[in-house]
Amino acid sequence: MKNQLKKYLLFLVVVIVDVLLWYYYPDRGVSAVTSAADYLMEMLLFIPPIFVLVGLLDVWVPRRIVEKHVGPGSGIKGIIISILVATAAAGPLYAGFPVAYALLKKGCRVANAVIFLGTWATIKIPMLMMEIKFMGLSFALLRLALTLPAVILTGYLLEKFLAGQPQADAPPAENL
Amino acid sequence: MFNAALFILAAVALFFSWRRDREKTGKALQIAKKQFFNLLPSMLGIISLIGLMLALVPREVIAGFFGNDSPLGILVIAIIGSITLIPAFIGFPLGASLIAAGASVTAVACFLTTVLMVGVVTAPVEIELFGKRFTILRNAAGLVAALAIGIIMGAILQ
Repeated sequence: MKNQLKKYLLFLVVVIVDVLLWYYYPDRGVSAVTSAADYLMEMLLFIPPIFVLVGLLDVWVPRRIVEKHVGPGSGIKGIIISILVATAAAGPLYAGFPVAYALLKKGCRVANAVIFLGTWATIKIPMLMMEIKFMGLSFALLRLALTLPAVILTGYLLEKFLAGQPQADAPPAENL
Repeated sequence: MFNAALFILAAVALFFSWRRDREKTGKALQIAKKQFFNLLPSMLGIISLIGLMLALVPREVIAGFFGNDSPLGILVIAIIGSITLIPAFIGFPLGASLIAAGASVTAVACFLTTVLMVGVVTAPVEIELFGKRFTILRNAAGLVAALAIGIIMGAILQ
């Protein structure tokens, strides 16, 4: 119960401020509430189908494919698979950490794990739909076109910088 | 229009998934429900905060600070984006409202990219799993990439 309350704390604080604002400056209070309500309506209208798609992608795209094809020596194929599977995943970046960790432990190369995390964070398909909706098609596509090479570059740079460092106590890749 | 297409897409996908495998489809719906209710509190909080911000902060202030691509303004918004833990589902409407209030494309692109790629709040978890060097390098690279992406986007789109 206390935990629930804490989650809604920001909302409650804002509502109280809204009420105070409305009491002292009715115009501004009304404008704060109406613009928030507009946004909320808009989000509630199209978030349900997006989450249904997120759920479907999550259950149908097997993560095992990644584990099989992202080991050392995996080149372009490893990159592509890391990206494709991460774009289909559900959840925020910190939900991707354990998955990338599991990949590393199974012998995935560092570059692909970083690419996987970067893609997970920035270019998931349902998110892209939101971005198109709110920021416009050219903004979303341009950001995608710039982010993708940045993510891949980061992966390979990080692998280079970290070479020689012990990797997440990786066991020998016996099940590859 | 966009919403209608989205509903149809989700319905069709759900239909085929249901025909292939009922159990998996049920699990997918469970995931959808869980994500929705996880998001609800922060969604309500941040959306009401956006409304308050739009009502209280005059357009000129946002446009003045984040609208003229001053290096300081961009750095500030990139740092805000790195620190705050906003789900992407809320980041995009927030970005749209900033643009509507007069912020520049560069500033908003930097903000959104750091929100997505750089996680100061989640760094402890990342360090625990991947080590300090990995975490610092990955987040630093994300910040640099975000600034570069924002500047290029601003140059092309404005």
